[in-house]
Amino acid sequence: MIEAKDAPLLPAAFASWFAGRGWTPRSHQLAMIAKARQGRHALLIAPTGGGKTLAGFLPSLVDLAERAPQDSSPGLHTLYISPLKALAVDIERNLAAPIADMGLGISAESRTGDTGLARRQRQRVRPPDMLITTPEQLTLLCAWPGARVYFESLACVIVDEIHAIHASKRGDLLALDLARLQQFSPKLRRVGLSATVDDPDVIRNWLAPGSLDDIDLVRGPSGAAPIVEVLLSEGRVPWSGHTAQHAMAEVYDVIRRSRTALVFVNTRFQAEFAFQELWRLNEDNLPIALHHGSLAAEQRRKVEAAMARGELRAVVATSTLDLGVDWGDVDLVIQLASPKGASRMVQRIGRANHRMDEPSRALFVPANRFEMLECQAAREAIAENRLDGDPARTGALDVLAQHVMGCACSEPFDLLEFYNEVSTAAPYRNLTWEDFEAIVDLVSTGGYALRVYDRFRRIVVGEDGRWRARNAEVAQRHRLNAGAIVSPATLNVRVAGRRGVPGRKIGEVEEGYLEMLEPGDTFVFAGQVWKLVGVTNLDVLVSAAADRDPKMPSWGGSKFALSTFLAKRVRELMYDQARWEVLPKDVREWLQAQADHSVIPAESEMLLETFPRGRRHFMVCYPFEGRLAHTTLAMLLTRRLERAGAAPLGFVCNDYALAVWALKPLDGLDFDALFHEDMLGDDLEDWLAESFMMKRAFKGCAIIAGLIERRFPGQPQKSGRQITFSTDLIYDVLRRHQPDHLLLRCAREDAATGLIDVARLGQLLTRVRGRIRHAALDHLSPFAVPILLEIGKERSPGGAGEMILAEAESDLIAEALA
Amino acid sequence: MSVQPSLAYDIASSPCGGLWIRLLGVRALMRSSGALWLEEARTLIVADLHLEKGSAYASRGQLLPPFDTGDSLGRLEREAAALDPQMLVLLGDSFHDRMSEDRLAPENAERLQALAAARRLTWIVGNHDSEAPRFMPGDAADLIQVQGLMLRHEPHSGPYPGEVSGHLHPCARVAASAGRVRRRCFVTDGERVILPAFGAFAGGLNIRDQAFSGLFARQPIAAVLGKARVHAIGWRSLAPD
Repeated sequence: MIEAKDAPLLPAAFASWFAGRGWTPRSHQLAMIAKARQGRHALLIAPTGGGKTLAGFLPSLVDLAERAPQDSSPGLHTLYISPLKALAVDIERNLAAPIADMGLGISAESRTGDTGLARRQRQRVRPPDMLITTPEQLTLLCAWPGARVYFESLACVIVDEIHAIHASKRGDLLALDLARLQQFSPKLRRVGLSATVDDPDVIRNWLAPGSLDDIDLVRGPSGAAPIVEVLLSEGRVPWSGHTAQHAMAEVYDVIRRSRTALVFVNTRFQAEFAFQELWRLNEDNLPIALHHGSLAAEQRRKVEAAMARGELRAVVATSTLDLGVDWGDVDLVIQLASPKGASRMVQRIGRANHRMDEPSRALFVPANRFEMLECQAAREAIAENRLDGDPARTGALDVLAQHVMGCACSEPFDLLEFYNEVSTAAPYRNLTWEDFEAIVDLVSTGGYALRVYDRFRRIVVGEDGRWRARNAEVAQRHRLNAGAIVSPATLNVRVAGRRGVPGRKIGEVEEGYLEMLEPGDTFVFAGQVWKLVGVTNLDVLVSAAADRDPKMPSWGGSKFALSTFLAKRVRELMYDQARWEVLPKDVREWLQAQADHSVIPAESEMLLETFPRGRRHFMVCYPFEGRLAHTTLAMLLTRRLERAGAAPLGFVCNDYALAVWALKPLDGLDFDALFHEDMLGDDLEDWLAESFMMKRAFKGCAIIAGLIERRFPGQPQKSGRQITFSTDLIYDVLRRHQPDHLLLRCAREDAATGLIDVARLGQLLTRVRGRIRHAALDHLSPFAVPILLEIGKERSPGGAGEMILAEAESDLIAEALA
Repeated sequence: MSVQPSLAYDIASSPCGGLWIRLLGVRALMRSSGALWLEEARTLIVADLHLEKGSAYASRGQLLPPFDTGDSLGRLEREAAALDPQMLVLLGDSFHDRMSEDRLAPENAERLQALAAARRLTWIVGNHDSEAPRFMPGDAADLIQVQGLMLRHEPHSGPYPGEVSGHLHPCARVAASAGRVRRRCFVTDGERVILPAFGAFAGGLNIRDQAFSGLFARQPIAAVLGKARVHAIGWRSLAPD
C-alpha cells in the first residue's frame, strides 16, 4: 500500500474539511497525494463525476499548506492546464471554496485570453501560488523573456482532460511546452487527468518526460455503467437522411418526461434543424435552448448560465458542450443521429448525472437504417466498456517551428541543447537532427532554396553561438500569432440595417457555410429563419423572414468519421443474423431483403454491387470506413475507371458506402486490380497536389509555422473593398518552384491524416484485398437505396473548376438563344 | 428581343484558347495568361505584376516564398516568346512598392533587361509605383495611346471608350450547379477592358464589388481565365464573394 513518510496522507485540516461537508476522501484522491509525496509523476484515469479535479489539486493544496511560513511567496507552485477557457474560470471558482474554508492562504488565479490586462501584468510580476490556464496561454508565457525565472520554482503541472488534447497539434505544442518547463524546473512533477480510455499507455507515454514508466497510473473507481437505450421509433426508420425528423415527437416526449436533457447532434445544421423541430412541437413552452460554435459567444454564455441555474429543460448542442462545466441537474443525454465513436459517446453521456454511484442515462436516436446498426453497435460497445481512443501521433513540424520561434523570443538557445530538450517531448522523440535543422532554417529564413532572405532572418545566431529573435518587433509579432488552433476564416452574421448597412451581430459562420445559398434564400440560424440579403466584406447580411419552409443548406452529415473500432462492430452485427433481434422490425426486414436480393457480406469481406439503372451503370461498395476515407477512395477510383475507359460520371459517399456511376457497364472489371493499394502512389499524389484540401492544410501549416500571420490576408482596405490575397496563390507558387519545401510536406501529412484519411484508406485496401465480394445484380439492392438517395444532395467534388466554367458558359449561350 | 452576346460584344474565340474582342474597331486578344494582345500594333499588355511582393512581406516579417517575381517574369517571357511583340506595356503597379527595385535579384533584373532589349518597353506608373523605375530600361508614362486606345493604370469612371486599364485586379466567382470557382478575369463591355492582375502574388477583387460600378455602360461580361482557355461568362452567372 501507500507509505506515508513523515506526515499523514491527509493533514488534519483537510480531513476535517472533508468531514465537515459530510464527505470521505476517495481512495484515488489519497493515492494522488501519496504519489506527490513520493515525488512521482502520475496519471489519473477516472470517469466524470469522480472528483477528478479535486484529486488533481489536493496534493498541491496539501503541499502549499505544509510549506514553511518563510517560503510563503517563492513563486509559482502549481500550473493547471485546461483545454477550455470556460473550464479554467470555473475551476478557479471551485478552488476558492476549500482554500477559504480551511484558511490556507493560498492564491489561485485563472489566466485566459479573456483575463484583463492589469491582472495579467500583475500575474507576471507577482505570480499566484496556483495558476489555472490554457495551453495557448502557457505557450505565450513560455515565449516571454524571463520565462525561465518565472517557472524555476514550479513544483507541479496538471494537465486536465488530457484525453481530449494529446492527439492533436495542440497536444504537440503542449508536449513541447512541458519539455521546456521541465528544463526550467528539473524537479517538476507532471500530473495528468483523463477520462476513461481504452489504452492509458498512449497517454502515459505522451505525458512522460522520458518513458512511460516514469508515469504512475492511478485509476479511479469505474462508476456505475450508463444505461443506454436506442429509440426504436414507433414510426418507421427512414432509409436515409441525417435529421431524425421522424422521431422528433418521441424526442420531445422524452424531454417532457425528463428533468433536464442535453440533446447532442453532430453538426450545426442538425442543431438548428432539431431546435426548430422541437419548438414546432413545444406546446408546453418548455425552455429549450440552442448551443453551437457559430452563435455569438455572449449568447452561448447566456445559455450556459441558464443551464447552470437549472432554468432549462433541454439544450440542443454540438461538440461545443462535449467538455465543460459540471451540470448536476442533467438526467438524460439524447444523441440525435449516429454517435460515430464509442469514446466520444461516453464523454457525452458523462455529461448527465455527475454523481458516480448513479448510472447516467442516454438515448440514441438513429436517423436512418445504417445508423440504427451503428447505434446498436455503440450501445453494445459501451455496455462492454470497450472504447475507441486516439492513437499516439508524430509531432507536427509546423508546430515545432512555432515552438522554436517562441523559445528564441524567450531566451537565446544552443542548437544541440535545444534539440535534446525537444526530443524529450513524446511526439518528437523520433525527430531527426536533419528535420530539426531544417525547421530552424525555416523559422529563420523561410527555408527556401532561393537564399535571398538572409537579411530578413527572424532568428539569428549571436556571437555566443546561440539563436535569438532578431529584434523586439519580430518577437512581438510572434506573440500575436502563437497557438496551434487555426480556425477557418469566419464571417459575421448581421442583421441588415437600412440601406444595407450592417447592424446587430447574431453570430459567426465559417467561410463556406453559406456556399449553397443565394441572396433571397431563407435559412435557419440561431434558431430563427432569416433571408440572405448579401455578403459584404466580412459580414453576412440577413433579414428576419417568416418562411415556414426555409432552405437547408447541405447537411454534410457528420464531421466526425465513424471510428474504425465502431465500424468493425457494425459489420459484425450486420453479418450475425442472431443479433438482429435488437433491431426494429422494418430494419430487420430490410436486412433480410438485402440477403434475399443481394448478399450480406461477412465481417472480413467488402460487398461490391454492380447494377444498371436508367441509362447508367452503378458500382456501390460498402467499406464502412467513414465519409473521408470513402471520398478519397471514390476520387481515386474514378481516375482509375477513367483510365480503364469506363467513363465514370460521378460519385457519392456517406459514412457506410460509396457509389460510382458510369456510362458503360462496370461488372466486367477486375476489382482486385481496381482496389489495389498501388492507388495510394501516383494516383493519390497527382490528385492531392491539385486539391483544395492541400491548399486548406497548407494555410493552416503556414500560419502555425509563423510564415504567414493569422490576420493575413483579407483585411478590408481603407476604401472598404477587399482584394483577397489568398494563401492559395502562395501554395501554387511554392509548389511550382520548390515542391519539396518542408511546409508542403507538413500540409501533405495534415491532409493525409485529417482531411482525406489516407491511413484509414490504406487499412481499408489491405483489409479487403482478395476479399471483395462482387454481386452483379440486375437492379439496385436494398442496401444501395440510402446511398443513391444522397445523389444530387451533394455538390460535386473539387477539381471540377473547368467543368463549372464550361457549364456556366453554356448557360449563357442557352440564355442568349432562348 | 434577344441579342446574341457574341454579336453584341463582338467576341470570338481563338484557336490559342483566348478570346478576341474589338475595342474602337481595334482587334484585341484576351489571352488565357491574363495578357492583352493588340495584333496589328504587335503590342503585349500586362497589368499589375506586383514584382517583389513576396520580399515586401518578408522585409516586414512574413517570409513568403521568394519565387513570385521569377514566376511572373517566366509567364511574361513565355508570352513574349509566343507572340514576339514589338512593344511591351506594363500597365502599372509593376513593382509592389518603392523599394522593390532594390530587392530585385540580379538574375531577375537581367531577365527584365532581356525583355526590354528586343522591343520597346513602357512602364505605365501606378499607385504602388508612382515613379518610373530607376535602374530598369524602358520609358515611363502616365498614359499612352496605341491605335487610338488609351492605356493607363486606373480605369476612370464615366464613358472612356477604348480605355485599357488594370488596377482593380478583377476576379470572378462563377456559380453553377456543380459548385463555384473564383478565378482572375478580364472585364469588358465592348467599350473598355480591365485586365486581370498578372503577378503571381496579386490578389483579386470580385467584379461584383462596388468599385466596378460606374465603369460600364451596360452589363459587362467576364472573360474568365481557365487553364488553357478564356471563358466568356455573363453577368448573371457571376456571384459575389
